[in-house]
Amino acid sequence: MYAYDEIDRTLVNERVSEFRDQVKRRLSGELTEDEFKILRLQNGVYLQLHAYMFRVAIPYGTLATNQLRALAHVARKYDRGYGHFTTRQNIQFNWIKLAELPDALEDLAKVGIHAMQTSGNNMRNVTSDQWAGVAPSEIEDPRIWSELIRQHTTLHPEFSFLPRKFKIAITASDHDRAAIKIHDIGLRLIKNEKGETGFEVLVGGGLGRTPFIAKTIKHFVHGRDILSYIEAILRVYNQYGRRDNIYKARIKILVHELGIEKFSREVEDEWQHIRNSSLQIDDEVIEDIRSRFTYPAYEKLPHMPDELRQAAADPDFEAWRKNSVAPHKVQGYSIVTISLKPTGGPPGDATAEQMDALADLADKYSFGEIRVGHEQNLALPHVAKRDLPALWKALDKLGLATPNVNLITDIIACPGLDYCSLANARSIPIAQELTRRFANHELANLIGRLHINISGCINACGHHHVGHIGILGVEKNGEEVYQITIGGRADENAALGTLIGPGVKFDEVADVVEDIVEAYLALRERPEELFMDTVKRLGVEPFKERVYATR
Amino acid sequence: MPLVKGGKITADSFVKLAVDTPLPEGGDILVPAERFLGEADSLLNRSGKVGVIWPNNRDISELVPYLGKIAAVALVFPTFRDGRAYSQARLLRERYDYRGELRATGQVLRDQFVFMLRAGFDAFEVKKQADAEAFMQTAKRYSVFYQPTGDGRITALHRRMQLRHSEGVGT
Repeated sequence: MYAYDEIDRTLVNERVSEFRDQVKRRLSGELTEDEFKILRLQNGVYLQLHAYMFRVAIPYGTLATNQLRALAHVARKYDRGYGHFTTRQNIQFNWIKLAELPDALEDLAKVGIHAMQTSGNNMRNVTSDQWAGVAPSEIEDPRIWSELIRQHTTLHPEFSFLPRKFKIAITASDHDRAAIKIHDIGLRLIKNEKGETGFEVLVGGGLGRTPFIAKTIKHFVHGRDILSYIEAILRVYNQYGRRDNIYKARIKILVHELGIEKFSREVEDEWQHIRNSSLQIDDEVIEDIRSRFTYPAYEKLPHMPDELRQAAADPDFEAWRKNSVAPHKVQGYSIVTISLKPTGGPPGDATAEQMDALADLADKYSFGEIRVGHEQNLALPHVAKRDLPALWKALDKLGLATPNVNLITDIIACPGLDYCSLANARSIPIAQELTRRFANHELANLIGRLHINISGCINACGHHHVGHIGILGVEKNGEEVYQITIGGRADENAALGTLIGPGVKFDEVADVVEDIVEAYLALRERPEELFMDTVKRLGVEPFKERVYATR
Repeated sequence: MPLVKGGKITADSFVKLAVDTPLPEGGDILVPAERFLGEADSLLNRSGKVGVIWPNNRDISELVPYLGKIAAVALVFPTFRDGRAYSQARLLRERYDYRGELRATGQVLRDQFVFMLRAGFDAFEVKKQADAEAFMQTAKRYSVFYQPTGDGRITALHRRMQLRHSEGVGT
């Protein structure tokens, strides 16, 4: 866990009082809605279909139990008793009142949580691997660097009014859980031949109506230069990014229009001017940030404790353990993913009661730490294996032990037309229906790893382009129509999905997904061949045939 | 539109010229970039100060040969959502070492003051009277800054290093 010091606390408090003043000026009419809009967006406040929506940052997906309790408190006191975890390590509250927002922010500030730059055309919440610091093959904890960049990008005096939003993600494992290739800047932590830490820097990834996979702009930027290199990218973007058309304003379009070679030359020129400046970070600065991250005092525990051996007799426990428990870098411990995708539920929602109870469980079993992943699930990062059976029982009582992590019902979905003013179609009801169709755990297990991502409009908040099966809701002649893609993925081999054919109606979506899945089960060479691999081997044709043969 | 300089509302000595306004005999003038570049010699030879109004989509390095001779650069925020002039301001101050007046013009509102001060602006054509009156108070909103810029404010990282070292002496 990163502990704020007095400096961080002061800044967050100053931000809250600034926002209180801005809300006051809006309510008195001193600020027009047009002027206020940008200011509220800088603090994560959107105006949605029914009410204001409030998006709170969970930088690099790490939460302490007192912070999770504070989120529960906000859900209970200022909202309707629940919150929605997003695909970028944020939580959203959908029913907040403008006049109460400063109080909600103040309550969160007390535990070091803020909503700065969770929306608006600025540098957004820095995201990372939800298994950071505990994944077995990790090079080093990417959260140290995430925190450095979080600080550097907070209230940046030059880059707070960019052409468009700007997102940075960092990973330090071979398997990319942070989806860095669909970010404006993706950083892959690596070591050079001298063993020094640095980053492969990728740029220009993003989804939306013109999706791009990020390209490598530099193979190695030394850790001490990472802030100046990011600053150089941002300075080029701030000056030359398009501002005439919001759909062409993301950095991916600039990179695409200039070409990665020309873009990288521009950045290199800029960087040479600023790399030997006060932006250079020495080891001591990194050590200082590292020193404010606390790590658990792990015990020396057996690899296979008796508790686990005994519990193995219970098939329900085993189903959950095999699905939701992952290896930890320390022997005797596990990483437990907590599915927020119960059958029939909206993906990523948690009630205030669940959040409070989970905080208690994290105190008891996970050294007081909770993680949030971009798949809209939570994780307990340090659970002793001997505690797994007890934890499972407790989670099950809370409705938080659905054993569907990475399976077909572990769906990513945006809020869609149920909440969002930009949406053209519903997302959540599609997800809910699919979780009912594939509720049978044996069936889901038989299918194996398969990610369905759903967006209710072209803005792609549900990451449909990179779903193994992607579902995009659009509006056609006043009706919701869904376009289906297959073969996308968001990991280290990120790819955009391919459209299988004409859009289908709301009522047909779940049937189409069933058809695709049946085709896959019939086509796969062996049970270990995952959906993605079958699509890669055969292309979309056989799936297309199957879906449209009878339609 | 009130001008804030040195933290307070002051009279503006500069007169803004359009591309085709006849040149006044004396007095301080602010001239559009195009005209300035075309008539630089004659403009700089007259009595009275000369400043340039520089658009936010033109390379600021074109102005470098003249920076020692002009009294003011006015950068433009066509809307406050358009942040290109922040980069131009920092380049002028931090790369080209410009020390004259750096003026923010256009849609300049209260909630940008801190960013603008940090980027190097020292004069502000403020859109609303109430915002201009609140300048000093608003400028003091923040006491913590994470990024190093040319304004010399101590960054959080720097302050932490100072703390570390001073603690180190005692132990």
